[in-house]
Amino acid sequence: MRHLLSVLVENEPGVLSRVAGLFSGRGFNVDSLNVAPTLEEGVSLMTITTTGDDQIVEQIIKQLRKLVTVIKVVDFQDLAAVEREMALMKVYAEDSRRAEILRIADIFRCKVVDVSMNELTIEATGDHGKIEAIIALLTRFGIKEIARTGTVAMRRSMQPES
Amino acid sequence: MELTGATILLESLKKEGVDVVFGYPGGAVLDIYNELPRHEEIRHVLVRHEQGAVHAADGYARASGKVGVCLVTSGPGATNTVTGIATAYCDSIPLVVLTGQVPTPLIGNDAFQEVDIVGITRPCTKHNYLVKDITKLASTIKEAFYLARSGRPGPVLVDIPKDVQNQLCEFVYPDDIKMRSYNPTYKPNLNQLRRAVDHIMMAKRPLIFAGGGVITSNASAELGELARSLRIPVVGSLMGLGGFPGDDPLWLGMLGMHGTYAANKAVSNADVIIAAGARFDDRVTGKLSTFAPGAKIIHIDIDPTSIRKNVEVHVPVVGDCRHALAGIQEIVNTRMAEKDWQGVHGDWIRQVEEWRAAQPVTYIENGTLKPQKVVETIFELTKGEAIITTEVGQNQMWTAQFYKFRKPRTLLTSGGLGTMGYGLPAALGAQMAFPDRMVIDIAGDGSIQMNSQELMTAVCNRLPVKIVILNNGFLGMVRQWQELFYKRNYCNTCMDAQPDFVKLAEAYGASGYRVTEESQLESVLKEAFANPNTCIIDVHVEREENVYPMVPAGASLEEMLLV
Ligand SMILES: Cc1cc2nc3c(=O)[nH]c(=O)nc-3n(C[C@H](O)[C@H](O)[C@H](O)COP(=O)(O)OP(=O)(O)OC[C@H]3O[C@@H](n4cnc5c(N)ncnc54)[C@H](O)[C@@H]3O)c2cc1C
Ligand SMILES: Cc1ncc(C[n+]2csc(CCOP(=O)(O)OP(=O)(O)O)c2C)c(N)n1
Ligand SMILES: [Mg+2]
Repeated sequence: MRHLLSVLVENEPGVLSRVAGLFSGRGFNVDSLNVAPTLEEGVSLMTITTTGDDQIVEQIIKQLRKLVTVIKVVDFQDLAAVEREMALMKVYAEDSRRAEILRIADIFRCKVVDVSMNELTIEATGDHGKIEAIIALLTRFGIKEIARTGTVAMRRSMQPES
Repeated sequence: MELTGATILLESLKKEGVDVVFGYPGGAVLDIYNELPRHEEIRHVLVRHEQGAVHAADGYARASGKVGVCLVTSGPGATNTVTGIATAYCDSIPLVVLTGQVPTPLIGNDAFQEVDIVGITRPCTKHNYLVKDITKLASTIKEAFYLARSGRPGPVLVDIPKDVQNQLCEFVYPDDIKMRSYNPTYKPNLNQLRRAVDHIMMAKRPLIFAGGGVITSNASAELGELARSLRIPVVGSLMGLGGFPGDDPLWLGMLGMHGTYAANKAVSNADVIIAAGARFDDRVTGKLSTFAPGAKIIHIDIDPTSIRKNVEVHVPVVGDCRHALAGIQEIVNTRMAEKDWQGVHGDWIRQVEEWRAAQPVTYIENGTLKPQKVVETIFELTKGEAIITTEVGQNQMWTAQFYKFRKPRTLLTSGGLGTMGYGLPAALGAQMAFPDRMVIDIAGDGSIQMNSQELMTAVCNRLPVKIVILNNGFLGMVRQWQELFYKRNYCNTCMDAQPDFVKLAEAYGASGYRVTEESQLESVLKEAFANPNTCIIDVHVEREENVYPMVPAGASLEEMLLV
């Protein structure tokens, strides 16, 4: 099961390697990891996507909370949340295929951010599933290069009554 | 007044009440050593190897309950501490390890004797620090001690570059500490305690499982009261030995791989298990799917990661053992003070007593000198009052089985990491904490050679530790596995090429004794125990004796091989 964890950490040297070392040392999976500063000085937010059964994810969360530099861990599994990732893809686009590629980009509300004689660079934003879908569709044209961010997420203001 | 980093460090140690530091000097800590003589409150014990310094600090910590401290130089000094740190980490022992580091401008340049010790020890410390800023030194030391001793204790390393030791700064030692990212839970949730009591009251075959957390939290009195007032039998992990008296009628012994028949039977047949400060290690559970099949488990642990890590738990209780056990007692007392627990648990107690009588831990007496007999004799001569350290292997298991530990903090042994070479330096650490008590390292002939250099430390600090070597000329525990599971292929476990341990003792200025016959055993041990010098007693025991009971790795607890 895929879980999205948001991990608030003290932004001090070594904090990334503490978290990364925890995952590698205990054999937990990291599918993606994103780190950036928050509005509060000295505090960073990591968003980690991981997979594992309930017992493993419970261990991951507890182990993260146990790290002395971790302030807070939230599992988005139990919350209504918006999640986004972004991908930049450089796609082969000779004249004959260009229109079709642009149509797909349009359907997925992507932006074309760079063009050349036979390549298009497309910026796609969406949840994990959407990005996977675009990649799958563009693969047949040939994706020359791809750069993806990890997932970031935010709790929705309105949570369904539970 | 402004002080140098070195002085700030030593002043901070004094504020923490540190009276002894185990250490070894070198270039990157010279400034601290230069300052040390001006701080008479701190006694420095010069070891002969940095691994010894950490084990000694660890033995001091386990015996006294205080934080153990060591001080070493950068590079090789720092890397030599790693085994000791990992040993303490696996057994949750509070240490502060101070390492010197190359000057900050040189960090990252592959400078002379530079290693990234913070990187190396990240996975085997509770937390660690590199202090680059002199203004953070005092508060970092404060935090290090606080982290080491609070919550689930553990080793904390503080790496201090040489230039920081020389810089000047106003010394302000913080009074208290607040960390938004670290807040151990001591007081358990009351609802969980009530749920625990619901299960305990319904239980027909309850059992208490005492782990190392009982020792850490000084919860023996609370544990004893609960067991005795509710008439609940008690088993313990290796780390829990001494948490409940080994001569109490409710005591069933250690459980697990080399646990007693009665303890393993009881776990396998209990309907409620109250596990206090234990982490259900694989040496304890055997095959997980058949562990305690009929039991509802109430698990008290200060570290949430220990709960549901290995076994399914019915009532998780996050908190300190002492608070939790006292809380359970209080609820039981208010709900039904008058209940006849002896009557309610009578059948179960008769059953466990039958198991205990049917298969006590024992050995076959055949006229040869048995290692178990040696441990029994040490127990009788010391009346169970000594502080015992062990090495690792058969010597350790026989000690666990045949020395009836009656008080907490009397068994100091490397359980989680199983570090050969732990026993001697740990013994001298314990002796530093308790100069007037008898401290005995029950050793193996293999293990003792891993840190035998610390004999010199013992002798020159006049520490009268006794090292009793159960000398079987083998890496006995490994040989036992080869015998049982590898068709007696004794590949590289025969260690009959060994030093003359009596002469080795004498070379260091210690006293050496040898015992080859059972008839000499008691008198020689008595003489050595009365000798104010450091002593080695080299006891030549039956070479191919095995430790039983034994649950083969991965088998169910009930599948015990017996004597
Ligand atoms: C050769 C060899 C053979 C061994 N055979 C056996 C065997 O047969 N049987 C056996 O039992 N062991 C055996 N061991 C030891 C084993 O490897 C483990 O070290 C041991 O079982 C762990 O004990 P424990 O579960 O009590 O945990 P510990 O390692 O002592 O952990 C303590 C637990 O208590 C918690 N805790 C700490 N402080 C507190 C507090 N204040 N309040 C509440 N909880 C707290 C911690 O979070 C942790 O979960 C053997 C070791 C060796 C080397
Ligand atoms: C540092 C280290 N290396 C290897 C081992 C593996 N090991 C476990 S027990 C043992 C044999 C110990 O021999 P000895 O000290 O003579 O004790 P005995 O079992 O014979 O009592 C070994 C090699 C270990 N536990 N620690
Ligand atoms: Mg041996």
